[in-house]
Amino acid sequence: MSIASTDTPREVAPPVPREPLLCAPALALFLVMLLTPLIMTLVLSFNSFDFYEGIGSTFSLANYTEVLGDRYFYEIFGRTFAIALATTAICAIIGAPASYFLNRMDPFWRSIMVLIVLGPLLISVVVRTLGWAILLGNRGVINTALMNIGLIERPLKMMYTSGGIVLALVHVMIPFMVLAVWAALQRQDPATEAAAESLGAGPFTVFRRIVLPQAMPGVLSGSLIVFALSASAFATPAILGGRRVKVVATSVHDEFMNTLNWPLGAAMAMILVAAILITMIAWSRLVEDRVGRAYA
Amino acid sequence: MAFLELDRLTKRFGMITAVDTLSFSVDRGSFVSLLGPSGCGKTTTLQMIAGFEDVTSGRIMLNGRNLSAVPARERGLGIVFQTYALFLHMTVAENVAFGLEMRKIDKPERARRVKAALELVHLSHLADRYPRAMSGGQRQRVALARALVIEPELLLLDEPLSNLDAKLREEMQLELRRIQREAGVTTLLVTHDQSEAMALSDRVVVMEKGRLQQEADPFEVYDRPKTSFVSGFLGKSNSLRAEMGRDGRLRCAERVLTGPAAGLMPGAVEIALRPERIEVVDAASGIVSGCVTEKVFLGNQWLLRVATPLGDMIVLRRNAGRNEAGIGDTVGLTWNPEHLRILPAEGAA
Ligand SMILES: Nc1ncnc2c1ncn2[C@@H]1O[C@H](COP(=O)(O)OP(=O)(O)O)[C@@H](O)[C@H]1O
Ligand SMILES: [Mg+2]
Repeated sequence: MSIASTDTPREVAPPVPREPLLCAPALALFLVMLLTPLIMTLVLSFNSFDFYEGIGSTFSLANYTEVLGDRYFYEIFGRTFAIALATTAICAIIGAPASYFLNRMDPFWRSIMVLIVLGPLLISVVVRTLGWAILLGNRGVINTALMNIGLIERPLKMMYTSGGIVLALVHVMIPFMVLAVWAALQRQDPATEAAAESLGAGPFTVFRRIVLPQAMPGVLSGSLIVFALSASAFATPAILGGRRVKVVATSVHDEFMNTLNWPLGAAMAMILVAAILITMIAWSRLVEDRVGRAYA
Repeated sequence: MAFLELDRLTKRFGMITAVDTLSFSVDRGSFVSLLGPSGCGKTTTLQMIAGFEDVTSGRIMLNGRNLSAVPARERGLGIVFQTYALFLHMTVAENVAFGLEMRKIDKPERARRVKAALELVHLSHLADRYPRAMSGGQRQRVALARALVIEPELLLLDEPLSNLDAKLREEMQLELRRIQREAGVTTLLVTHDQSEAMALSDRVVVMEKGRLQQEADPFEVYDRPKTSFVSGFLGKSNSLRAEMGRDGRLRCAERVLTGPAAGLMPGAVEIALRPERIEVVDAASGIVSGCVTEKVFLGNQWLLRVATPLGDMIVLRRNAGRNEAGIGDTVGLTWNPEHLRILPAEGAA
């Protein structure tokens, strides 16, 4: 008889994977805080509304056909997307070179510059936008100054225009672009620039052929963030656009708070969410096609 | 006239002198290694030759022209960076073609030369891959092809093999030598790995703390080191403190040792003795005797540490298929006096 078997290690049960469990609290929060209102808004968008009866719990696509069949709403959606696109493009054009210089600065100046770039994020959106209103108004700082030095006779119209909204949005969105591009630049090997130079490339060629393509993933991911945030921004267009220059977010707010037609507002909100999602997905597909092969 | 000549080259970063009046030369078509420990100024030297670092003083001559006023991109040197610095957004062929594009070479000629360069490094089948999808050794070859395709006057390599694992490194050493011979390009390699420097190069330039220690062929730097630093840095060496008497006799720990004529001034010296030049004999018949304190089996060799009156000495014995003396045994050590190297004592030079 052998007693050796008592020494053999017992079969150890494979450990229960703990990761899903650890994610549970965050997941629960995510479900409750984000998904619930979204689903309720979705349900609401199918309900009917009557000025006297209020919200009826019927189910129809009437709100969607109303929004999608009205030129007025097309104009609002069109403007929203134009503003978001312009903001994204300007952020990319300013942000990419800014990150490049930021990346090359010595650490002391870099930390100061990062603080300046991040500055807009540290100030409440309302305060920041009111600041822009003070600058851009007909009797605002800019117009008064220009008139005083005699460059213009009548004030330039900057408040209540899409241009004013884009300007203020660029101000607050630029940090997202700079941080995204900077992250991409930091991943790149600084020796690649020296390598290109040793192969005969001048400074401009190095930037265009070597630095920019490697920064592109950052520009593209930064664009995604900036576009989504600009398309759904509320406070800036509400203050700088007023009642005249409406975007989707401010129109939804009006439906909820003034007309009290919640179902119609919900339908608009859902269309905005869907449109942003589709744009983002199409965008990242495009990105994957263009740069994905090299970075797979 | 040497092909590449560094003349009292100096580089200071603020208070630090990274390269200190360094002079050496490289003959056309030869393979020279710049060898030294990390931080001794090798990369800085290479960067000055490449034109990425300004020269504090001294000059660099390449093929008779002074490089100091020539910007990096006009020097036309082939450089392989330690990190390879491949363009990750370009395919292998595009990487290699970049230098030719910059030289405005027309497309058919470009394609022909890219193909030839990739053949040289045995990578023709991967021309359309992206670098991310390649192994370390393959990236290394791409970097080589990219540097060689422009037919540089001089190829500069900064620790090109240090990112590879040991086995691949040995393979690449042979490859590197083959490619350099086939391309016939004058090459300067920077490395901290003495075995790499000795295996690859026609000549080795040893430096320490920014200064030249010795410039010679690999056999000579190993066998006739000029300083105790060189002797200790290249392979293993026993180093014994000794005194050169006025009578020309060598005294070490109260004993008189016979050694080769050193031609050194009387005073403190250092004796260097390679561990593989020491024979193990009976305790009575050695030049010194001592007790074995450590014994390590290295496969093809045994390493013994023996405590002798001269100090601790290490001995390497070829594994001849039998066991060596064990720990605690008393053994005698002997050597041919011609193998002693008498060097200026460290710090006295
Ligand atoms: N840009 C720099 N600024 C200040 N000191 C530097 C700089 N580059 C290198 N050094 C210093 O010069 C010395 C030599 O560096 P390096 O040439 O990189 O050595 P190696 O390549 O031999 O390891 C080191 O002491 C390093 O700290
Ligand atoms: Mg180095």
